[in-house]
Amino acid sequence: MTLDANQKLFAKLASIAIGMFAFGYALVPFYYEICAAWGVNSLGEVRAEPLNTQVDRTRVITIELDANSHGLPWRFKPLVNHIEVHPGELATVEYEVVNERREAVTGQAVPSYGPERAAEYFRKIECFCFSQQTLAPGETRRMPVVFVVDPKLPKDVTNIALSYTFFEVAGRGGKS
Amino acid sequence: MSAVVHGHDHGHGHDHDHGDHGHGHHGPYGGFMRWVTTTNHKDIGTMYLWFAGFMFFVGGMMALAIRLELFHPGIQFLNPDFYNQLVTSHGLIMIFGAIMPAFVGFANWQIPMMIGAPDMAFARLNNWSFWLLPFAATLLISAYFMPGGAPGAGWTLYAPLTVQQGMGMDFTIFAVHILGMSSILGSINIITTILNMRAPGMTLMRMPLFVWTWLITAYLLVAAMPVLAGAVTMTLTDRHFGTTFFNAAGGGDPVLYQHIFWFFGHPEVYIIALPAFGVISQVIPAFSRKPLFGYASMVYATSAIAILSFIVWAHHMYTVGMPVTGQLFFMYATTLIAVPTGVKVFNWVATMWKGSLTFETPMMFAIGFLILFTLGGFTGLVLSLVPIDIQLHDTYYVVAHFHYVMVAGAMFSAFAGIYFWLPKWTGKMYNETLGQWHFWLTMIFFNMIFFVQHFLGMAGMPRRIPDYPLMFETWNQVSSIGAFGFALAQLIFIYNLFTTLKSGAPAAQKQWEGADSIDWTHLPTPAPYHTFETPPVIK
Repeated sequence: MTLDANQKLFAKLASIAIGMFAFGYALVPFYYEICAAWGVNSLGEVRAEPLNTQVDRTRVITIELDANSHGLPWRFKPLVNHIEVHPGELATVEYEVVNERREAVTGQAVPSYGPERAAEYFRKIECFCFSQQTLAPGETRRMPVVFVVDPKLPKDVTNIALSYTFFEVAGRGGKS
Repeated sequence: MSAVVHGHDHGHGHDHDHGDHGHGHHGPYGGFMRWVTTTNHKDIGTMYLWFAGFMFFVGGMMALAIRLELFHPGIQFLNPDFYNQLVTSHGLIMIFGAIMPAFVGFANWQIPMMIGAPDMAFARLNNWSFWLLPFAATLLISAYFMPGGAPGAGWTLYAPLTVQQGMGMDFTIFAVHILGMSSILGSINIITTILNMRAPGMTLMRMPLFVWTWLITAYLLVAAMPVLAGAVTMTLTDRHFGTTFFNAAGGGDPVLYQHIFWFFGHPEVYIIALPAFGVISQVIPAFSRKPLFGYASMVYATSAIAILSFIVWAHHMYTVGMPVTGQLFFMYATTLIAVPTGVKVFNWVATMWKGSLTFETPMMFAIGFLILFTLGGFTGLVLSLVPIDIQLHDTYYVVAHFHYVMVAGAMFSAFAGIYFWLPKWTGKMYNETLGQWHFWLTMIFFNMIFFVQHFLGMAGMPRRIPDYPLMFETWNQVSSIGAFGFALAQLIFIYNLFTTLKSGAPAAQKQWEGADSIDWTHLPTPAPYHTFETPPVIK
């Protein structure tokens, strides 16, 4: 079959149209690849861990954990004695408290820091010291502290002591 | 044999207007089947023009409803969701149903006659290309009657909103598919006709500029329209077939839609503008009684605009979070397009310079185009600058810009073409006084609507909102009054058109003294049903 000039041109133009339709779909992987290659937009990237630009990995701060109870029949200790963190890094530690009395007791924990000037750089996100704790007779409880050390901590501070003291909330007698 | 009879109205029952359309005007060889089966480029051109005229009125009614709601702050008449549907379909109908088919109608009528061809290359395909349109328009309008109504996402149909819309969105997607099909087939027809069927002696660089602009536009259409088809097909499959092109949860991105859409969308606006430029390039020399200044540079400038139009798309997307390097690239490329456009404007003015000017209606619309399209081009240049666009993106400044180039640009050019060529098509001369009234009222009211919208945009009024803070009220009222005045002005045109068709004075064979294309110099007026069945020899 001989195609005349018009039909040949029709076929050529129609194939351009079809090619452009395919091009539209080709744009999908094109954008994916080009954006990944140029570092534009993050959809093409696979990150193993969340990117945290706040963590100062050049410093290591040792947090020493201490626990006391003042006038309370409670055994109170941290689960670990110390923990090493980077400034800017979110960390969690746990304390364990046991009520040795045969009745419910309410206590309030109060923190203190050493050195004192480290206090403003020790940011607690969540702490059992934010609220009174009522323990049933013989109850054992594990309580977390979630904190982050502000990167603005003076460079000469390498150890921070975090010390909690539980005081009894008198007159509560187990009522929270 | 009289060439033109009134196009048969293929209006669909959902028309909102009742004043404009001639039902039942059948010609001497009338009968519905004539129009259904015709393969004659003049008949098909006529049908495109009637269809476009009808759709202008449907889209125009929607605009009036929008401007009515915007007359006062607060919600008075329209449910906000319905308002969004009106805004969306106003855009889709005006672009795909009105202005594009209008220029295809001009192409069908004029291209064969201007190059000495007897008809289009694929005459039956031409028929189908037209008849797809009323079907697509019906689909588009029927979206309103679906549960949830028509899509309310704006004519740009951005994901992810469109992935969530109701059934009306699917109807719109299919309508867009069919409209695109019609455009692509029509463009293939136009390219083949122009490249293969010119009369002996009609070299490419002797063609009337209207033919050149359509040749370039047709290539743009073939390249760009399929990309739109891809974008809406991706939307369709995201909606129903579990793909996640635009869904981050599946590894996609809504911004991808914008890239794909605007890769089509920017060439699209030049697809609308270039044939308009072509009409102006016929009208201005005719009424200046001087050849077009700088014919070759006009061809090169048009080609430059077309090629550049493919590398500027992201200037519609400066605010999506693109890195500044990307913004700069698109900004530089966009400002570059102003250069060939400036060449064209200069050449039109230079054509008029020391010409023997008369100011009949076609020329009035052409001069109006020259001034207002240039204004619209300037605001486009403003918007191309990234720091300014960050402020003006999605405000009424953008609305003002594109209405200047689309209405004062493309639509004025279409009116110039109608007044210019109606005598050739029908053998009848329109009423010049009514034409002048139509021009001046259109000019005044157009500016009343849209000039003040620049102020609204710069003051911070966003687009696509039915309610606005009190501080925007004054200009919104001016704009709305202008809209109703503009609509009334078009009735003058309708009256002129119908009375001319019915009982207009006979036109001269060469109605316009300065016209020099072979349709005017070699053909009787009105043009016979079949012309150039023997090719002319162009010396």
